Amino acid sequence: MFTETFVAALLLGAVTAGIPLLLAGLGEQISEKAGVLNIGLEGMMLAGAYAGFAVAYHADSFALGFLAGGAAGLAAAMLMVLCCVIGGMNQIVVGIAITLGAEGLTALEHHFAFSRSYPRLPKAETLPVPGLSELPVVGRAFFDHPPLVYLAVLLTFVMVWIYRRTHIGLNLQAAGDRPAALDAAGVGVRTTRALAVLSTGFLAGVGGAYLSAVGGGLFLPFMTGGDGFIAIVLAMLARGRPTWVLLGAFLFGISLSLTTALQVAGVNVPTDVIQMLPFAMVIVVLVLFGRNSRLPPALGLPYRRGVR
Amino acid sequence: MNAAAAATDDIAIAFSGITKRFPGVVANDGISLAFRRGEVHALLGENGAGKSTLIGIMSGMLAPDEGRIEVDGRATRLSSPADALRLGIGTVFQHMMLVPGLTVLENLMLGAPWWRLRSRSRALARFRELAGLLSVDPDPDAPVGRLSPGEQQQVEIMRALWHGGRVLILDEPTSMLTPKGVAELGAVVRRLRDHGVAVVFVTHKLREAHALADRISVLRRGRVVGALGPEQLRAMGEAEVLDAVVAMMFGRTERADALGEVLAGGVGAGPALRPVDRTRPPRLVLSGVSTVGARGECALAGVSLKVWPGEVLGIAGVDGNGQKHLAEVLAGQRPVSAGSIMLDGREIAALGVPARRALGVRYVTDERLDEGIAGEHPVAVNLVLKEIGRPPLWRAGIARWGAINAHARDLICAHDVRTPSERTPIAWLSGGNIQKVLLARELSPDATLVVLGKPTHGLDLQTTRLARERIRNGAGARDAALVVISNELEELLETCHRIAVLDRGTIRGIVDNRPDAERAVGRLMTGIAHAA
Repeated sequence: MFTETFVAALLLGAVTAGIPLLLAGLGEQISEKAGVLNIGLEGMMLAGAYAGFAVAYHADSFALGFLAGGAAGLAAAMLMVLCCVIGGMNQIVVGIAITLGAEGLTALEHHFAFSRSYPRLPKAETLPVPGLSELPVVGRAFFDHPPLVYLAVLLTFVMVWIYRRTHIGLNLQAAGDRPAALDAAGVGVRTTRALAVLSTGFLAGVGGAYLSAVGGGLFLPFMTGGDGFIAIVLAMLARGRPTWVLLGAFLFGISLSLTTALQVAGVNVPTDVIQMLPFAMVIVVLVLFGRNSRLPPALGLPYRRGVR
Repeated sequence: MNAAAAATDDIAIAFSGITKRFPGVVANDGISLAFRRGEVHALLGENGAGKSTLIGIMSGMLAPDEGRIEVDGRATRLSSPADALRLGIGTVFQHMMLVPGLTVLENLMLGAPWWRLRSRSRALARFRELAGLLSVDPDPDAPVGRLSPGEQQQVEIMRALWHGGRVLILDEPTSMLTPKGVAELGAVVRRLRDHGVAVVFVTHKLREAHALADRISVLRRGRVVGALGPEQLRAMGEAEVLDAVVAMMFGRTERADALGEVLAGGVGAGPALRPVDRTRPPRLVLSGVSTVGARGECALAGVSLKVWPGEVLGIAGVDGNGQKHLAEVLAGQRPVSAGSIMLDGREIAALGVPARRALGVRYVTDERLDEGIAGEHPVAVNLVLKEIGRPPLWRAGIARWGAINAHARDLICAHDVRTPSERTPIAWLSGGNIQKVLLARELSPDATLVVLGKPTHGLDLQTTRLARERIRNGAGARDAALVVISNELEELLETCHRIAVLDRGTIRGIVDNRPDAERAVGRLMTGIAHAA
């Protein structure tokens, strides 16, 4: 079963399935660092998936599609900013509302715009890395992807740099660890958190757009199917390290890719069991490493100046 | 430096007619004050006198409802902490305002423009400059959470001065410090004053204020009720100053009472301790009690001690040497890994909080805000927090609000809690009043064992006196065993029959509270001697 073609297809699928997780996970990490638990991530991805697909389809441009996806995620995140960061409402309730609302709204929009047809996009053009893409197995799996994939991986290391070397990184961590200290230092806690949540929305939206436009080549209602929640788990377990999100996204990508690969390979297991794999893996990972997640003390708590 | 202080152009920051109202309270009522360069200005007052509100306004955390603020002679609005910092007004708050997970240098760099890259070398240069000015030497790369309270405060002072340092505000700066730390802080403050910084020193400890201040202003119930200038302070002896300040703080009626105690050295070297009958069997017996600590936490390692009925046992030592574990082990909030806890001959180590409470175990936590209260709930509910669902205040699981509120009014009255009403959310009260609520909840006649963590921390003179008197009287119960955990030795000397020194999770020794106890405890704390 583990032929060269199978492994290559598995890894290729893992990257394709992992990129939305990576983008959304990196985004969620920004919010969590700043003390906002963004449960609406799934909804932001879905909004991005629909907007990204629709724009890519009509404008015939993947780049515009990704931007539109990002914008849709941003719009959903704006709701989170208004309600939670500025209004001090419960982050979990608002997050669930965003997810449910996005599910309904995108399904409805899709129904109006495309009725019951599910048009497909052409295959996204790839940008093979000269030389490396010629390698056996890994060449096609890792070095022959649309440019966004390389950008997403690059973003991981940009985030490392931001957290380690910039004042933004300090501000984010302080906003999650002890917002009052950040406030006393003269930096707006709300501004910091609002920008964090907006970045999250943008990245989750782009991730969603990648999922629909490149991953599937089409939009299906509810197509994120829990990816947003997996990304939240990834961000929580990564303990603030972007490279761990990258690693986790790839591992979950493999298990997602395995579901298709095993079905294609014709393994004699019910499809339901195979489709369960990624979620079973979430549970296993949580049982094994759940204790190690170290979350910011102020995560999920609204900040009001001068309230004890 | 004081000679020039009278000149008006030396005024760094001036308030006129500042008023700030909170729901049900006028916290600041037309306050006019001026703070001068090169002068230490002490603000004195009891809990709820309006000191913290004034600090909040000065640091940009609170906006006044009325009044005018002038910085260097120009009218200014301090609408955010950033405004205050830009004008060189730095504040060291009562509660730590540092990010524990970041290093010293990272904390100091907080607040720089976000588009700039972190410049370690530039920050380090400023750090060394300030470290030199203050004559302190914290490790710039240590995570702040690992520093001692004294070192954390030094970092806070550096942070307050980081952007210039025209005015330094210190809010109750000595409450978390050891005597040595207080002395070091005093030296730092004097050095800053000599460099022309206007230091605002907020405290309710009279002696400290007298030792450090060039000028004293007294607040009571939101107003400035009196002031002593540098000339007066120089002309008067300590006793005279304290006399005058106490008169301003308490008004004429309570004056004689309070004054007697202040002059007697400390808050209340009051009546003698009650005798303890050691022929009776001990009430509480701990043998070989150990706990497991999380990373960076000090656990207990084989603690053994006995407390007799009616006895007060003090636990002395620097914070973070297992005090928290000891308190929680006694209260039933933390499991023991080894050893036994006997209360009246009964093993209670395996019992949980409700079962121990039923046996008369009471615990006043030192983490008032996190563990002691439910902030958004009214005072009345917080007074019955540990009785929820039980008769007589609940009948068949249904709350009898009339009875709960009446119960609360009685306790509020008996313990002099300053609150607009029993229905006020408890988080609106000042720290001292919150502590009064906690003491009112835990001290009752049916207690058998009362554990108190820093019982008078942050309380004013009057309340401290009353609280210590209650402890000496057995917390309202005749034969209860009391364990008082405190890092203020003076408090233990006033209230305890014996004092045990807890250091790195073990009892270094237990001394009887005799006149030489202070020295004996000091020797144990510094590890010079091991008492039998």
